Amino acid sequence: MIIADRKSLEEILDMIKDFKKILLVGCKGCVTVCNVGGEKEVGVLAVILKIARKKEGNPIEIDEKTLERQCDPEYVEQIRDIFDQYDAVLSMACGVGPQFLSEAYPSQRFFPAVDTKFFGGAVQHGIWEERCAGCGTCVIHHYDGLCPIARCSKSLQHGPCGGSADGKCEIAKDVECIWDTIVKKKMEQGRLEDLRTIRAPKDWQTARDGGPRKSIREELVQ
Amino acid sequence: MSNNGLKSGSNLEKVLKAGHFAFTGECGPPKGANVEHLKEKFEHLRGKVDAVNVTDNQTAVVRMSSAAASAIMAANGIEPNFQMVCRDRNRLAMMADILGVYSLGVRNMLCLSGDHQKFGNHPQSKNVFDIDSIQLIAMVKKMRDEGKFLNDEDIDEPPKMFIGAAANPFADPYEFRVYRLANKIDAGADFIQTQCIYNMPRFRDFIKMAVEMGLTEKAYILAGVTPMKSARMAQYMAKMVPGMDVPEALIERLKGAGKGKQAEEGIKFAIEQIDEFKEMEGVAGVHLMAIEWEHKVPEIAERAGVLPRPQVD
Repeated sequence: MIIADRKSLEEILDMIKDFKKILLVGCKGCVTVCNVGGEKEVGVLAVILKIARKKEGNPIEIDEKTLERQCDPEYVEQIRDIFDQYDAVLSMACGVGPQFLSEAYPSQRFFPAVDTKFFGGAVQHGIWEERCAGCGTCVIHHYDGLCPIARCSKSLQHGPCGGSADGKCEIAKDVECIWDTIVKKKMEQGRLEDLRTIRAPKDWQTARDGGPRKSIREELVQ
Repeated sequence: MSNNGLKSGSNLEKVLKAGHFAFTGECGPPKGANVEHLKEKFEHLRGKVDAVNVTDNQTAVVRMSSAAASAIMAANGIEPNFQMVCRDRNRLAMMADILGVYSLGVRNMLCLSGDHQKFGNHPQSKNVFDIDSIQLIAMVKKMRDEGKFLNDEDIDEPPKMFIGAAANPFADPYEFRVYRLANKIDAGADFIQTQCIYNMPRFRDFIKMAVEMGLTEKAYILAGVTPMKSARMAQYMAKMVPGMDVPEALIERLKGAGKGKQAEEGIKFAIEQIDEFKEMEGVAGVHLMAIEWEHKVPEIAERAGVLPRPQVD
């Protein structure tokens, strides 16, 4: 899923400082699962913002709404009747949400309340880690299901580099060297020879480098 | 193959091919456009080494480009070993720079992944890593031997480079290191310069494995030596430099030398190492990385008995 972190209170307050009445919109998709932008977090942020603004002597009115998904025009329609009753709309969805909202309601102003970070999952309660770089051409089968494009700091297709020490990446002691894990798995399974293959440079056209991407499923297009 | 069977015709290639024990040095370009400073640094190395590595934004700190510094060096009659990292350029820029430096007289290059920019002085920068070091080696080989760009288009006057790569026998996982070396050689590396060696037992094991796998028959391996200036430098390298293996015994030895004598003890250790490498099966030379200590290279070369450098036609 898409993992996001909430922006700091200071940043959010600064973004909405000129507004007296806003709509705070959550999303029941990924950001609910990663506990950053669901109904509960919308409620908490609304309270915090109202208290902060009251303390500043500049009270703000905030209405709350959490959509099924902000990345789907069908659900984006759920604020059609109310969107223009506010000075601005603050979205707690990933970066996709406020853009779908902006496109659906061009006359309104939308602000992001979260920083969208990566595609990943929870490795334990409260800790999420990146697993996929969305490069558009999956190669994890070459590496026993582990992705060096997303998980190696240098996206090396032939690792580990000379900075790998004790299973950790050179950039920080709390970052796993995924290449160490790949190599050890291959060794345990007696398939180290797999890593003697020299791979061609990756074609990054399917990644963001090829420009904004689109996926068309002909059978579904009306 | 033309050019008397030489791939590039570089001095380093000729020295190695003739069976001499190679001795290469290193020079970090200045943090500015100070050409006089650059010249002052590399002049210490003139006649003392077979080629001089010119580092490419080493430790991700921005400096004069390795391409420009290499060209200045070549124009001044000292043979550069142009270093190129994958961190800062995509394949277009890399191929363009390879053609550029070749046209300015560069004949050796060292293909590296590059330290992550997080270590450097612009940690905010975007990294590239379009290709990795092994793919870079293969790309330079393709440009040289097939006369083609990565996309298979013909090159008008291909760059004939003597292709180098790095090996770190001390990084983890240890068991895999020699296979990574093998991959680099398979990809097309003609010579290898290793990371600074301090843990001699581990290096002896590594080179023995390389010999057994036949790798030292396929590429020339130059052992990396960096003289320690002090016990503090040794401690810093042990703790702060990724993939560096500095045994406690060496730190103690430097400390034991006493105040004012640690640098001399560091040089003594380096010379002992060079003496051993000269006799070690599979080692074709030494790469001396006297970091910000270029002026010490003549003395070290003299005392290590590697002078005069051979002249090979």
